[in-house]
Amino acid sequence: MAESKQSAELTEVQKKIRATFEAFDYEFNNTVDVREIGTIIYALGCFPSQKDLHDFIAQVEEDHTGWIHLDKFLPAMTEVLLEHKFPPIPEDLVLQAFEVLDKEKKGYLDPEELTKYMTQEGEPFTQVEMDEMLTAHADHEKNCICYKDLISQLTIDPDL
Amino acid sequence: MGCGTSVATEIQGKKVETGDDVTIKIPNPALTMKAAILIQRWYRRYVARLEMRRRYTWNIFQSIEYAGEQDQLQLSSFFSFMLDNFTQLNGNGPDLISQLLDPVVDPWLDRDTCYNLIPVPESYTGPRLSFPLSISDTNALLSAFKEQQTLHARYVLQLLYETKKLLKQMPNIIHLSTSYTKEITICGDLHGRLDDLLLIFYKNGLPSAETPYVFNGDFVDRGKKSIEVVILLFAYLLLYPDYMHLNRGNHEDHIMNLRYGFTKEVMQKYKTHSREILQLFQDIFSLLPVATVIDGKILIVHGGISEQTDLDFLSSIERHKVKSALRFPRHSLEQLDISQSSRQTKIMRSTDSFCSSSSHSKNQKTPNLRSAATHRLPFLDSLSSISVPSPPQHEREWKQIVDILWSDPKMQEGCSPNTFRGGGCYFGPDITQRLLLQHGLQLLIRSHECKQEGYELCHGGQVITIFSASNYYEEGSNRGAYIKVGRELVPRFYQYQVSRTTRRLTLTQRVRAAEGSALKALKEKLFSHRTELMAGFQQYDQNNTGTVSVSEWALVLEAGLRLDLPWRTLRPHLSRLAPDGSVEYQSCFEDMGPGIPLPQVTPNLADTLFRYRTDIEIIFNIIDKDHSGLISTEEFRNTWRLFSAHLGVDIDDRAIDDLARSIDFNKDGSIDFTEFLEAFRVVHKLDSKDQQFNGKTFQ
Repeated sequence: MAESKQSAELTEVQKKIRATFEAFDYEFNNTVDVREIGTIIYALGCFPSQKDLHDFIAQVEEDHTGWIHLDKFLPAMTEVLLEHKFPPIPEDLVLQAFEVLDKEKKGYLDPEELTKYMTQEGEPFTQVEMDEMLTAHADHEKNCICYKDLISQLTIDPDL
Repeated sequence: MGCGTSVATEIQGKKVETGDDVTIKIPNPALTMKAAILIQRWYRRYVARLEMRRRYTWNIFQSIEYAGEQDQLQLSSFFSFMLDNFTQLNGNGPDLISQLLDPVVDPWLDRDTCYNLIPVPESYTGPRLSFPLSISDTNALLSAFKEQQTLHARYVLQLLYETKKLLKQMPNIIHLSTSYTKEITICGDLHGRLDDLLLIFYKNGLPSAETPYVFNGDFVDRGKKSIEVVILLFAYLLLYPDYMHLNRGNHEDHIMNLRYGFTKEVMQKYKTHSREILQLFQDIFSLLPVATVIDGKILIVHGGISEQTDLDFLSSIERHKVKSALRFPRHSLEQLDISQSSRQTKIMRSTDSFCSSSSHSKNQKTPNLRSAATHRLPFLDSLSSISVPSPPQHEREWKQIVDILWSDPKMQEGCSPNTFRGGGCYFGPDITQRLLLQHGLQLLIRSHECKQEGYELCHGGQVITIFSASNYYEEGSNRGAYIKVGRELVPRFYQYQVSRTTRRLTLTQRVRAAEGSALKALKEKLFSHRTELMAGFQQYDQNNTGTVSVSEWALVLEAGLRLDLPWRTLRPHLSRLAPDGSVEYQSCFEDMGPGIPLPQVTPNLADTLFRYRTDIEIIFNIIDKDHSGLISTEEFRNTWRLFSAHLGVDIDDRAIDDLARSIDFNKDGSIDFTEFLEAFRVVHKLDSKDQQFNGKTFQ
């Protein structure tokens, strides 16, 4: 019983992976540009770090051609999904992370503070990423980023 | 902010009694880094999901756009059908259509234009052009259009008349050189977006000896200011024929204009003189050059190329014979009184020729074009009943032009028919390579496809797509761009985006707006195929449970709509799930309905009316010569009967008569077709609530 349930789950997972992969397979030849891999993996519900992505790509890329073939992607991605390798980050954990950065416990961050952390710490944002985060969600009147609101805003989007 | 060091020591001095909650500790560098990475991961994932949504939104728009172009072939084949079978009918409809569409008049010949007899009232405050044009005229046009003024018909006609005269002198392929000019600016599709054109002029400078321009086609259709755009372009062309160059695009085509808005715009803005204006535009469009070459090295065409593209041959043909890519030239050529011998001499007169190292002889190449073309181009079916032989030469010429205007590049090698668009080819990197080599070129610049960044390179950098209409699908959907190229022939790209709001829209807002718009359009498609889709669903639902599996749902949509979209991903936006995970297919049509109460029609007929509403509107507008908004019941009946017969929709005469009678509200023998069409405009019931939720999502 357990076996057939397992294989049913496997088929569903693989169907999902194929469907997402195909959305980026513009030539209908079962390959995607390596630069799209991050988006594909995120779209499948995973939260890899940049390092995770790097390692994954090294595993599946076709000898630095810049293309990734479904034949390699499918087993690697199946493993990732079945073993929950890059699990989602629960809301409260993100909140705690922000609170760590909010050293003064203000309940919000100044744009300069956030910029400093995001562009200098961890796996730094590019200028474009930073700008987007600031313009999207900074409260323009008070000139601060109320991270509680930010989190609920970004989590409310319909999950596809 | 407080003094950094004192705050830091203060926090370090504090001890947080947390007990079990180990993650909230005194922040140390390692923890800060971990926190940062976590937030970055989380945020990047959010952005990636937005990117996914942007992508499928883009897919939806493109699929519908191309599907619409396919529908366009239906319309054009219908016109051919009508003309071929009903030109002898009396009555206003077919005669008018035949005058408007049938190229009985060779564009080369002069039409009677009595623009100087058109009085311009004292009250007219717009520009009063004087020919030959001067800079003050073009400046006057710029200011007038910025202030939403309309140029008087008299000047429009004169401008067009002069433009036509000028274009007749031009060769098919224009040669430019960078040695006498500074950089040449190349712009792509504008599609009636005046704001984009003005932005380009503002950023880059007005056309002049120092700032020469090439505009690569598709000046009209879709946007609301096609007339203004094209008037400006023609005005600068007349002012600086050496510094302003226009290539023909696939929308410089009177049949495309019927469907995509240009004809309608002209008819609305120039009620009295629209016919004359449209006829001149028709001529001008077919007289536009089809290609530009810079320094013998950079080829600029609107669409692309095919394996048959031959620039020598292209320079030799009579481009104006191809009035519309969508009307096969044979018919028109028969009506033109040009003997074979005179045609031969014209072909001999070759204005340019390229150094061609090609070994094949053009005359010996006789591909079986008819069968290939029939396969690709459905409208030829309607002409097959007339068995008049036609020399392959005409087909070759027509194909050369259509390929140039309609083709798209692809990644794989080879050349295949462009079934997506219904005309032209998909050409691979080997085709590009071959052509460039053959003619000693190094770069192909083309337009024709909307690109998110306004431009895109492919075929190893040998092909550049340049697109100049920003926000083409929706506010924030894409940037526009133009290219500047100097003596070193290295292209440089300049991007821009017209924004209606002063506040910059965030990525989220842009994606949401575009997505909402795309989904609306998609839902309308579903609704207008309702009968067919329901039949499809019911085939899988023999037990009448009202549900089908997600796979089955996707299959039915794919087969019914023939749009290549990620249906599973879109499902939450289009339909509801039952508790057991299957799709309640009726929910697809829930939040949409007709505009006003429908006249009594069968579901099948209703669907057809919804689907072809735009085309029907065009036909009615053509029939309604005096723009009264009314056509006679007789005209309506005949037209509708023809149209549905042609579409292969099974409708009996009585149903049509009933329909005609029911919409003749005054019983006076005339039909207010605007009101009739209103009934078949799909209305989204949740429109007001849509603002809040940006499209209903089902769980």
